Amino acid sequence: MTAAPLPYRVVGNRAESTDTRTLELEPAGEALTGFRPGRFAMLYAFGVGEIPVSVAGLRHGVLSHTVRGVGAVSRALCAMRPGAQVGVRGPFGTEWDLASADGDLLVVAGGIGLAPLRPLVRAALSEPEAHGRLNVLIGARTPQDLLYRRELAAWGRPYCGVTVDRPAPGWEGEVGVVTALLDRASFTPQDTTAFLCGPEVMIRATARELRHRGIPPERIRISLERNMHCATGHCGHCQLGPLLLCRDGPVVGYDRAEPLLAVREL
Amino acid sequence: MAAATAPPDTEESRCVLDREGIDALVRELRADGHTVVGPTVRDSAVVLDELAGAEELPWGWGVELEAGHYRIVRRTDGAGFAHSAGPQSWKNFLHPERVRQWTADRAPDGTMTVRKEPPSPVSFAFLGVRPCDLSAVRIQDRVMTGGRHRDDAYRERRTGAFLIVVECTEPGATCFCVSMDTGPAAHPGYDLALTEVVDEAGHRFLARAGTPEGAELLRRLPHRPADEATSGAARRSVEDAAGRMGRTMPPASLRELMAGSLDAARWDDVAARCLTCGNCTMACPTCFCTTTEDVTDLTGDHAERWRRWESCYDLDFSHLPGGSVRASPRSRYRQWLTHKLGTWWDQFGSSGCVGCGRCIVWCPVGIDITEEAHALHQEGLRRQDGREDGAR
Repeated sequence: MTAAPLPYRVVGNRAESTDTRTLELEPAGEALTGFRPGRFAMLYAFGVGEIPVSVAGLRHGVLSHTVRGVGAVSRALCAMRPGAQVGVRGPFGTEWDLASADGDLLVVAGGIGLAPLRPLVRAALSEPEAHGRLNVLIGARTPQDLLYRRELAAWGRPYCGVTVDRPAPGWEGEVGVVTALLDRASFTPQDTTAFLCGPEVMIRATARELRHRGIPPERIRISLERNMHCATGHCGHCQLGPLLLCRDGPVVGYDRAEPLLAVREL
Repeated sequence: MAAATAPPDTEESRCVLDREGIDALVRELRADGHTVVGPTVRDSAVVLDELAGAEELPWGWGVELEAGHYRIVRRTDGAGFAHSAGPQSWKNFLHPERVRQWTADRAPDGTMTVRKEPPSPVSFAFLGVRPCDLSAVRIQDRVMTGGRHRDDAYRERRTGAFLIVVECTEPGATCFCVSMDTGPAAHPGYDLALTEVVDEAGHRFLARAGTPEGAELLRRLPHRPADEATSGAARRSVEDAAGRMGRTMPPASLRELMAGSLDAARWDDVAARCLTCGNCTMACPTCFCTTTEDVTDLTGDHAERWRRWESCYDLDFSHLPGGSVRASPRSRYRQWLTHKLGTWWDQFGSSGCVGCGRCIVWCPVGIDITEEAHALHQEGLRRQDGREDGAR
């Protein structure tokens, strides 16, 4: 099917930082099903356009999407007041597949990359007996850019750490790249599944470091971003070599992604 | 139409049509409600367009093809299908340049109503599909309708389409269907297949049905049983055509060649010539990439979603907030070629190239896909030799 968007009503719009907001959406009529952590929706701002946005929360039939206003469509979405309607298509793509991770969990996020990881962290927290230790490592540009601040205190058993690129007055936490937090985390590399999302440069550096520390590449799952128009495998935009990331991604094993990411401008 | 239940292709199921049989073919298809599309001469080219009658076919016209070169030329034999690929392909009809996908209206209270585009009422009959182009249609079938998400607009147009292949007896200088195993004989997937024969015994067509619908149509046309002379002449001219390909691909797995060539020096060579104009992607019968356009009317409360062809040569094609992933012409030509010949296998289970030669003909600077593949092959062999020498 070539699905047309279904109308969803904005029931919440919370500021996360100066340019980033989390929208909560409820179906105005028929509801889409099958959203899982890692998968994404195409969000349509009336008359402006449509962008892919990962699901950042899945509670009681409400879809949460964290949107950074950097383009025409994302800014239009960020400006949506409660009661307004957006079009939603989906769900699309692969999921994080938490069920297959029975050992320690290592979640590493950079910037807005924390959004698709939030439902994964929440799912892991809801069934602690199903996994080993949960570590959450978060990098942000500045303290003001840190997402979900009120939630973070409850995350990570035993460890949830935050580091920023540029500190602000009053910041007493870490400063530097997110991989510097790895020494604080508790995990047995051979028995760990890692989940990475953020800028590609951060994903590459982190995945390389995790391999170096002994996590098998197929247990390093990364979420990749490419231009996307249709999300149904027909527009050709989201290719990464043999992969169509709307279909074979966005979550890809590092065993498959590593040789592809090594080629410049692929 | 589905070709799953092809009747047996025996001598008995074959018949011979004369020119009046072709006239009747177009007439009957139109009477059945089909929009008949086939080759015709317009603007000094053999284009694909709606045919009102068989007299509009390019009788007595051939084509002269080379890299960056296309001319129609007069033929003395009066043949109607002695031309190879023109500037368009069947994707212009099955996967048109611009399609409206849905419309949306916004009420004063903000409520949004979305309406899907109604199905296309057109039922096409394609007359004169070359075997390479039949393979191209089947490749686009897999892209547009073979995956988890099916493209309704494509499926509607395709399901109603009646395909009449005319086997290739006059390959062009830029043709290489033999290398891609798509021609010059027709592979299954047609409703009706014709082979044009012009010799001292006259101008006629050997016909065979590929589907019950094709067999039924054939029975309604003035025809006579296939004779040995016509069957033999048809077979020989298609076999001869296979030996007269103007181009070849290197004798290697193109999929492996592409996967192993991502850092080849040849990309710099071709990038110095490539204008990244995207002509090859527009002319290619399998290139399917599209972009979306969201528009509104002046009130701002009526919106439409349109889909139109786009090319991987466009800088914006790989745009991300941080800039284009494929900023250099080198990376964009590499994307096109490695996708067409290589990663298409990973994505859709076949090659994306059928050997029609359109990309060679319509490239304004005459870049030749077969020449580039040969150069990559040679570079790979040299590199291999170098490694072996180094290991000694």
